[in-house]
Amino acid sequence: MALLQIAEPGQSDAPHQRRLAVGIDLGTTNSLVAAVRSGSADVLSDQDGHRSVPSVVQYASDGTTRVGQAAESSSADSRSTIRSAKRLMGKGAADLTDSWLSKHYEFDVDSGSLPAFVTAAGNKTAIDVSAAILQQLKQTAEETLGGELAGAVVTVPAYFDDAQRQATKDAASLAGLQVLRLLNEPTAAAVAYGLDNEEGGIVAIYDLGGGTFDISLLKMQQGIFEVLATAGNTSLGGDDIDNALVQWLMDQAGIDSLADPQLESDTKAYARDLKEALSAAASVSVEWDDRAGHELRTELTREAFDELVMPLVSATLKPCRQVLRDADVERDQVTAVVMVGGSTRVPLVRDQVSEFFGQPVLTSIDPDEVVAIGAAIQADVLVGNKPDSDLLLLDVTPLSLGLEIMGGLVEKVIPRNTTIPIARGQEFTTYKDGQTAMALHVVQGERELVDDCRSLARFELKGIPSRVAGAARIQVLFQVDADGLLTVSALERESGVVASVDVKPSYGLSDGEIETMLRESMDHASEDMQKRALQEQKVEAARVLEAIEAALQADGDEHLKAEERAVIDAHIAHLKSVVDNGADREVIKQAVQALEQGSAEYVERRMNASVRQMMSGQGLDEIDSAVGKAKHEACSSDS
Amino acid sequence: MGVTFTDSAARHIKSFLEKRGKGIGLRLAVRTTGCSGLAYVLEFADEVAANDEVFENNDVTVVIDKKSLVYLDGTELDFTKEGLNEGFKFNNPNVKDECGCGESFTI
Repeated sequence: MALLQIAEPGQSDAPHQRRLAVGIDLGTTNSLVAAVRSGSADVLSDQDGHRSVPSVVQYASDGTTRVGQAAESSSADSRSTIRSAKRLMGKGAADLTDSWLSKHYEFDVDSGSLPAFVTAAGNKTAIDVSAAILQQLKQTAEETLGGELAGAVVTVPAYFDDAQRQATKDAASLAGLQVLRLLNEPTAAAVAYGLDNEEGGIVAIYDLGGGTFDISLLKMQQGIFEVLATAGNTSLGGDDIDNALVQWLMDQAGIDSLADPQLESDTKAYARDLKEALSAAASVSVEWDDRAGHELRTELTREAFDELVMPLVSATLKPCRQVLRDADVERDQVTAVVMVGGSTRVPLVRDQVSEFFGQPVLTSIDPDEVVAIGAAIQADVLVGNKPDSDLLLLDVTPLSLGLEIMGGLVEKVIPRNTTIPIARGQEFTTYKDGQTAMALHVVQGERELVDDCRSLARFELKGIPSRVAGAARIQVLFQVDADGLLTVSALERESGVVASVDVKPSYGLSDGEIETMLRESMDHASEDMQKRALQEQKVEAARVLEAIEAALQADGDEHLKAEERAVIDAHIAHLKSVVDNGADREVIKQAVQALEQGSAEYVERRMNASVRQMMSGQGLDEIDSAVGKAKHEACSSDS
Repeated sequence: MGVTFTDSAARHIKSFLEKRGKGIGLRLAVRTTGCSGLAYVLEFADEVAANDEVFENNDVTVVIDKKSLVYLDGTELDFTKEGLNEGFKFNNPNVKDECGCGESFTI
């Protein structure tokens, strides 16, 4: 049984048509995926409970690709373990010189149009690496949400140019993701705090990550964000705090250098623990030694720590001044300040930024997750799971709109109270073998039978290729535009034939009439349900009778002995009589089953005969495809 | 008449409503659809309409229109986890047949 989530009023999807969408923060060091479920946005954890995936991909010589924690923990050669590929997105060979990447990796700049990392599994571009990360996030999302994704909103830095944005889109399509929109990271952070619902204003987004700092100034007007200015420093971040702490430990212990890389990385990890502890506590006790007899036991107070961090924070305030100047904005014009990035957990950072802008900063959403959450909210809106009533004046369909199906029943395509504009499609099929035309009857109302609903329009789709019943795929699309105009179109997928009709459904209906139609559907609920069920069973009976009689006519005598034929005829007669005598649904159902069981042997003989016929005098390849086709047709006419 | 909620379902509904910041409760409904007859509707409720019945169970307010109630009476709503996927599940005594995934059903 599928597990369901709570939808916004009037926004439930038809079964099997739920539109799943996610927001993805494709970061330089870490990547996250988030989604809106039952109205709240949250980051999705992977199988092992990790809420973020390190943006690391490892290519092994045997062709296996490891992503995230698995790539980090593995000890294979470092040249094939790609980090920070985002720095190379959309860049050419000329951008490589002097970059951080060129110091750590080997590149092939000659064979392709894009510079590629030389790995154990061959050349990989930044797009390949990003696609591997996106693929991993997509898999986590699909397992968590229980279905295929309709699309994703992927975030990019505000300063990304067209080439970098295009590279991000290419990576997404390589990973099999449909990009609904690329969203600027600062805009996503503002959306996460609901700032897009404010009247207007200027928002500052302060993003201090592990290795980079970005400050963006956004102007919000009627739900649309415009980037006024961005500035930053690509080698400034939490790592600098860790390094300052390591230096402090060495100074306190009275040593000049750390003996080996292992001690260095352990010390750095210890420094990170101290930093994190000091975000909550006023002081922490320090116990450290350099494994060479230098031991350190002391206290590190918040004040002493702040002194270490102060130069870093001051360095971030310079770009802050710069964006204000660039955008020609005064500090007091800034209406909100959003904190992004793990390093903004450090209390001194919050205090200093808050003091700089002269107002409290927004920190209630996890600064590591805020961008992904904003992207998820945006994705949810874009796939149409949330009525965007705050931004647009929306109208609703007063009554359900639907189509007549076999047996005089109504198939509702757009339920009542759906906000417009809206487009919803549904697939229908043929009822009889060789059917080449389909009459479409568009109706409005809440009742189950066509006779109790209001007829809006009729049209016909002609030129359907002649196939067995149930094999044709006819896509019927209901579109109601912002003015309430309904267009119904039908498309046969194989031949491409189309037909359509325009109607104005609310024309000529008073509020009173709508009211009456609604009330009647409630009053007749139970009775309608019985009628519908009975009618569905009758349609099923008619379909089975039609199919078996056509078959008997064609080759009944060839495959059946007289006494076998008599048994089937008796079942047919029985089914006809119970349908004609107005028996209830259960009785008809049993008669249908009896007929199906009674003729099972005959149906099998026919199938075998037709397969034999197709195989005679043909090559093996043709037989293979013919058998496949025969099976397919058997399934379709069965369903 | 009415529907019930397991403790887990009630806890999650209350938390989702709280995060959403508005709404009087939950709306349950069914609607007729192609595949296997009927499909569930699970939405936040912002208002009660004239033809709605309102129930209270396990501290959760649930709104069901009279038409849907015919199909839903006696249903227990549960919240469960299957692997990474988690969500709501209908235990509906009226159901005779479900399609493969259980999203639509017949009674």
